[in-house]
Amino acid sequence: MSASGPNGHGPNGHGGPNGHHGFGRVARKEDARFIRGQGNYVDDIKLPGMLYGAILRSPHAHARLLSVDTAAAEAHPQVRAVITGETLAGLNLAWMPTLSNDVQAVLATDKVRYQGQEVAFVVAETHYAARDALELIDVDYEALPPVVDARTALDDGAPLIRDDVEGRTDNRIFDWEAGDAEQTGRVFDDAEVVIAQDMLYPRVHPAPLETCGIVADMDKVTGKLTVHTTTQAPHAHRTVYALVAGLPEHKIRVVSPDIGGGFGNKVGIYPGYVCAIVGSIVTGRPVKWMEDRSENLMTTSFARDYHMRGEIAATRDGRIRGLRVEVLADHGAFNGTAQPTKFPAGFFHVFTGSYDIEAAHCAVTGVYTNKAPGGVAYACSFRITEAAYLVERMIDLLAAELGTDPAELRLRNLLRAEQFPYSSPTGWEYDSGDYPRTLRTAMDIAGYDELRAEQADRRARAADAREDGPLMGIGISFFTEAVGAGPRKHMDILGLGMADGAELRVHPTGKAVLRISVQTQGQGHETTFAQIVAHELGIPVDDVDVVHGDTDQTPFGLGTYGSRSTPVSGAATAVVARKVRERARIVAGAMLEADPEDLEWTPGRWIVRGDPSSGATMQEIAMAAHGSLELPDGVEGHLDATTVYNPPNLTYPFGAYIAVVDVDPGTGKVTVRRFIAVDDCGVRINPMIVEGQVHGGLADGVGMALMQVMAFDEDGNHLGASFMDYLLPTSMECPSWELGETVTPSPHHPLGAKGVGESATVGSPAAIVNAVVDALHPYGVRHADMPLTPANVWRVIQGRPFRTDLAIQ
Amino acid sequence: MQVPANFEYEKATTVEETLALLARHGDEARVVAGGHSLLPMMKLRLAQPEALIDINDVAELARIRIEGGMLCVGALVRHAELLDSPVAGEHFPILHDAERVIADPVVRNRGTVGGSLCQADPSEDLSAAFGALKASAVIRGPDGERTVSLREFHTGPYETVVEPGELLIELRIPIRPGVGGGGPPSGGRYQHGSAYEKVERRVGDWPLAAAGAALWLEGGRIADAGIGLTAVRAEHFVAPEAEEVLRGAVPSEEVFAEAGRVAAEHCDPGSDQRGPADYKRHLAGELTTRALRRAYGRSQA
Repeated sequence: MSASGPNGHGPNGHGGPNGHHGFGRVARKEDARFIRGQGNYVDDIKLPGMLYGAILRSPHAHARLLSVDTAAAEAHPQVRAVITGETLAGLNLAWMPTLSNDVQAVLATDKVRYQGQEVAFVVAETHYAARDALELIDVDYEALPPVVDARTALDDGAPLIRDDVEGRTDNRIFDWEAGDAEQTGRVFDDAEVVIAQDMLYPRVHPAPLETCGIVADMDKVTGKLTVHTTTQAPHAHRTVYALVAGLPEHKIRVVSPDIGGGFGNKVGIYPGYVCAIVGSIVTGRPVKWMEDRSENLMTTSFARDYHMRGEIAATRDGRIRGLRVEVLADHGAFNGTAQPTKFPAGFFHVFTGSYDIEAAHCAVTGVYTNKAPGGVAYACSFRITEAAYLVERMIDLLAAELGTDPAELRLRNLLRAEQFPYSSPTGWEYDSGDYPRTLRTAMDIAGYDELRAEQADRRARAADAREDGPLMGIGISFFTEAVGAGPRKHMDILGLGMADGAELRVHPTGKAVLRISVQTQGQGHETTFAQIVAHELGIPVDDVDVVHGDTDQTPFGLGTYGSRSTPVSGAATAVVARKVRERARIVAGAMLEADPEDLEWTPGRWIVRGDPSSGATMQEIAMAAHGSLELPDGVEGHLDATTVYNPPNLTYPFGAYIAVVDVDPGTGKVTVRRFIAVDDCGVRINPMIVEGQVHGGLADGVGMALMQVMAFDEDGNHLGASFMDYLLPTSMECPSWELGETVTPSPHHPLGAKGVGESATVGSPAAIVNAVVDALHPYGVRHADMPLTPANVWRVIQGRPFRTDLAIQ
Repeated sequence: MQVPANFEYEKATTVEETLALLARHGDEARVVAGGHSLLPMMKLRLAQPEALIDINDVAELARIRIEGGMLCVGALVRHAELLDSPVAGEHFPILHDAERVIADPVVRNRGTVGGSLCQADPSEDLSAAFGALKASAVIRGPDGERTVSLREFHTGPYETVVEPGELLIELRIPIRPGVGGGGPPSGGRYQHGSAYEKVERRVGDWPLAAAGAALWLEGGRIADAGIGLTAVRAEHFVAPEAEEVLRGAVPSEEVFAEAGRVAAEHCDPGSDQRGPADYKRHLAGELTTRALRRAYGRSQA
């Protein structure tokens, strides 16, 4: 393991928790309230006179809405309003735009298009009364045949889901491609080895422990709407509310208090939010709406659901030449994915991964089905999760075909350090990397050769003595991420460029307040961003407060998802702090009666070049900047600064993961024995927080690989609508993670940092699946779809796999 | 947030009081102990009882004791208490095996043995464990007390012989006279071993299938055997046909495998998202064999 730069591994860096001046393992500032149970989440908010909302949802996946009778509910003594699609239609609010240039029903008017879709909204004095009143609403449906299996969505005669759109005759949303089809075709035509494999990345859900919710508070006197809501992107929500509801944007304040996990689930705007706002407007009182667990799992942003056919072309000696993939993407009933506008399949086209590949092409077809909308969530980095899984599975398939060790095959094809910056065949420019070093680091930690020897020994004994016992498997995944969206020329959401602002104020005593647009959901922004300011200004971390999560108090920006906080807002913070430092230089020049050009920066202090005894600290400079000192031209007073950071490129974190599993062939049960994760996310600002992020993502990987799926039966019933059916992994399924690091700074990020929030979620599932397939090699198994539940693994061993996305027969 | 519909709440401190409250509130009343099955169903509004009778303070139901040559486990004994009970583990390690894989520590701290049996979920673990041990259930009602074999206790999914107005009091398992580990059995004394094997998708999950086995050996032969199965629609959570294979046999891998085969043949699992029927049937056999192997190992230890 090599570490470079400022990644100290001491318990608290050089200065202790209070006096610490920058990067290192600083204890998280926010934890003081979290570990005392004093966080302030949306459901903790109680406003005077607040009412409670509840949603009536469709039991059908596809049905015509014949009538909604709300009379009995309205007669309930504690009910204050019942809102239906018809009510909203009268306000022109029955439909709202999605983040993918489609529209979505707020409350159904014509049809319901997935089980759990919103049909009516009740506002009552108590939460209990609101729920009671739901049972008093009488809805008449005419059931229609649903489209459940995405693979049948484009069949002739498939039920038409979106007959609300004039002229639409089928369920096709888009066809999109990247790469050079012709060149790729030529490479495949003359390749020595070609392997193809169908694989499914099943529909999963990020399942944040805090479900989605809102407290909407319309002040009729001032005309100002304040919403306290679970959002990862407060400013984007404000603009969307302005566009949807026609409210003036300066009269909307979005407050995102403490957020109990997001993972992309809290990027979009859900019908319940709009209903609560309407409820507050109609009743003149604040309205709280908070989802229950099943509502969250059934109706909010899911992830993946990519049906893929991958093909890989190589020479017989293991040189990868081409990669080709066709994807059928199940987007549900409304196209509500959240990604930059130009990229309907997100960043999936980074699917050539970490390898030097001559030619590549992908074609993605998005389809409507009778399922909830979404697709981009669960720390996927805009679908790089699917891409990384595809290429890493294809590499293992190729290794198996060639009889080559999968580590060796990867080392032979990984991009080398001297190839960076690297232009990929599908148009990406990777900023920096040294991939073989990272893989070798992981192999060293794992003791890769010894593991292979142990496996060979066990297999030999099993073959000789027909010895029972677990089957051992070793799986590798090497991923390359593309995070920090992004350059505004190429990347926007709903026309809003993906650049983020930062404002930094320095008070007279040298204490600083940073205001940022990104929104923590547990990532530790209050600590990491304070460390960046402390690092740049040479002041203690505890002297920096970070303000976020309130659109009235923070500069505009697109929020936290796609691992963009450190790459974008982290850069903005460094830039704005450097602006402050430069202003301080001018002030210091006046203080020291020196030409600012003759000053040099030492941490926390401007000094006259070559004379350390003559200088001024940030605190002294701050006081002077607010005092009576005559200031030179170019600085009006104070040190405050603002900036907007428009990233020149994405950053490309990467990593090498190795999983060791044991499979019980008698039961199909998989145990993850070891997991080695070597991440390279560039410079680590707070290594402890980085490791925490990696731990979380690795647990995600165990969840997806082994137990998580949202399947649907033939009627479109959701078969994973509670935590009894949709399983989150626990510490018992997770081994003690073995982490390592390499550090390859990003050349274009002011701090050399790359972002890490999603790396482990992106990279880990393939390692586990590869390990299980490796364990099953003696049975001739080439591939198995996630989740690798005991039943699935046993059936795969029997040669009779089932579709994991449908009801098990 | 999921919230239940309106209901009345009563708290009992004795069995007599509980029975009186049950009589007063009639068919729509439900007894609540740990509440880990009933309350989620109420929050989902799948269950809407008019009244709950809370028996958490009925101390007389919360004991584990040996009486009359039987291990008696009160209906209000928490899962965690059964798991921690040395006397239960010493006589019937199957109970500790099963408790260790029931839900998670938080649920086990609150959930009760009686609640689990009376909920009668078709995937419930203790039904198979007590079934293998040939336990009986003591039920008290307005007309007095009756004892029912656990093999007659369940009448269907979520249904038991406990009538409205009645209360499950305790489970009783006969302790047959035993000998120390490895010693030669003689004169009506038995070597005994028991074990429970479960496959789940994740810790705390319901079983995809599980099997419990209890063996009583005498003179090198299996004098009696009990096999419990859950989540595979085995009638009364037991496998009498497989027990028949074992009775009188000399214990061996072949016999255990044959018992597993017969157990698998005589259950009737259905497919669901935990797994297809053929897999569960396979597990019924595999886990029966494994449980027998372990139970036998324990009998010889």
